[in-house]
Amino acid sequence: MIRLCGISAIIFVFGIFFFVFREGAPFLAKLDWSQFLFSPDWIPTSQTQPKYGVGALIVGTLSVTVLAMAIAVPFGLGAAVFVSEFCGKATKETLKIVIELLAAIPSVVWGFIGLCVLNPLIIQTFHTPIGVNMLNGAVLLALMSVPIMVSIGEDALKAVPDSYREAGLALGATRWQIVYRILLPAAKNGLLAAVLLGVGRAIGETMAVLMATGHSVRIPHSVFDPVRTLTATIAAELGETSKGSEHYQVLFLIGILLFSITFAVNLIADLAVRGVRKK
Amino acid sequence: MSDRQAMFAETPLGRRKRRTERVAKYFFGFMAMAMVVPLLLIVGYVVVKGWPCLSWEFLTTNPRGGGIRGGIWPALVGTIYLVGLSLCVSAPIGVLAAVYLNEYAKDNWFTRIVNLAVVNLAGVPSIVHGLFGVGAFVYAMHFGKSIISASLTLAIMTLPVIIASTKEALAAVPMSFREACWNVGATRWQTIRRIVLPNSISGILTGVILQVSRAAGETAPVMLTGVTVYKAVSDNGFFLYTLNEQCMSLSMHLYYIATQASGAPPALPYAIAVVLLAVVLLVNATAITFRVVLRSRKKW
Repeated sequence: MIRLCGISAIIFVFGIFFFVFREGAPFLAKLDWSQFLFSPDWIPTSQTQPKYGVGALIVGTLSVTVLAMAIAVPFGLGAAVFVSEFCGKATKETLKIVIELLAAIPSVVWGFIGLCVLNPLIIQTFHTPIGVNMLNGAVLLALMSVPIMVSIGEDALKAVPDSYREAGLALGATRWQIVYRILLPAAKNGLLAAVLLGVGRAIGETMAVLMATGHSVRIPHSVFDPVRTLTATIAAELGETSKGSEHYQVLFLIGILLFSITFAVNLIADLAVRGVRKK
Repeated sequence: MSDRQAMFAETPLGRRKRRTERVAKYFFGFMAMAMVVPLLLIVGYVVVKGWPCLSWEFLTTNPRGGGIRGGIWPALVGTIYLVGLSLCVSAPIGVLAAVYLNEYAKDNWFTRIVNLAVVNLAGVPSIVHGLFGVGAFVYAMHFGKSIISASLTLAIMTLPVIIASTKEALAAVPMSFREACWNVGATRWQTIRRIVLPNSISGILTGVILQVSRAAGETAPVMLTGVTVYKAVSDNGFFLYTLNEQCMSLSMHLYYIATQASGAPPALPYAIAVVLLAVVLLVNATAITFRVVLRSRKKW
């Protein structure tokens, strides 16, 4: 009985793949893969000639994620270093609690903040016509993925033996040098895992990007262009399709695509963490 | 200046080192504050903007005029239903799975695959869980778009995290406790029931409570599987919703009012956000306090 519960995890992973795949499968036969993956034309509702190219959506997801990581990685890892190396016990506990609360804010609330707070802020600061764009979504995703980076990154830094730090101190190194020359190389794998888990979170995020990135299907030319992501497309369009239609099946295929991407990212992160543990 | 004093006087190098030390500390401190400060500002801003709308009636009446007037009672009830039901499924399965993985399973390839599956299940995007819910519960099991589909979807979504946190709590119980118990002739199950579970219950509960807040805030998967934008609760009867009908939820209500409803008073979405944030943060604060108190009582 207890064993069955343990096995249930595997059943669910295959179950997810199976059920999502089953809904999307009929379309696979007539699918032109290169057109599906690389064409930027997403016109699923056309009566005469619907086009299902997720190229622009993939670019949207990637661009928002990359920009978000460009913001989140320095801040996330910097904060992890601060929490683990530079602050006293009381500050550390407080910061960890605040970070935990930050991680708890629901994504729909982040989306709402993007819509009502960041949107006017971006319009004012950069004088752009619209504020719901790539930058807005990326800032939100950065704020959302920083907490996981901090907590995993801090674990990785904590796993570096104290003797390394002491050896550095004994040689007269400043703490800056210790961080830069000793801790970062020693905790490399763990920090990589932290970043990857943040990436996984950012790719899979739905509501925040649905509300804050402007939702227009096109290849963005600057960070102020609105984009649309894979996740947001599923969330916005699935309710309007009828079961079994081509459009419906394509949305499930996008789901499989997302599943595979995050699966790969998490697998690599897991291997990186395991590398740390073995040492 | 005596020789001794000269020996310990600060050299230029030492001064420079102290300065880099300070710069480094402020630099990393700034990095940390750059995340904490926005959180406080944003929460403060949302509370201030939403304040005029908040009242007891707001929480306990049905919405009127397509949701733009009146209260959010059904959304609150719907959220409680979804979270409660999903926990009824995921907490027992999750805890038992963790007990199996931590106490019974041998370290072989099979266990490693199960562990890998748990890790990856935790990383699956919530919208894909939503698609799974549509494929499995709404259509394959014919539950339709309903509370039961939505809460089962949430259950699958929270399960891996409950497994992971429970496993961690179980692993924190020292091995010597178990060995002592086996030595007096207890079976494995007796050991788990009498020794391991009582000693790890605080960690297990904390993990489960944290999933309450995650499930309460989730929008995308429930949006696809059973939550709708408007569904008033019936006034009569003990059960406000039945399990096979659709319901409202706080998160979906916020999404709908913020993006699609026209003519809503400007404070309304802020007020809903405040309620949702309050629910989520209160649950989290409970979990944290719980953890701190129980940890201070631990004897090892």
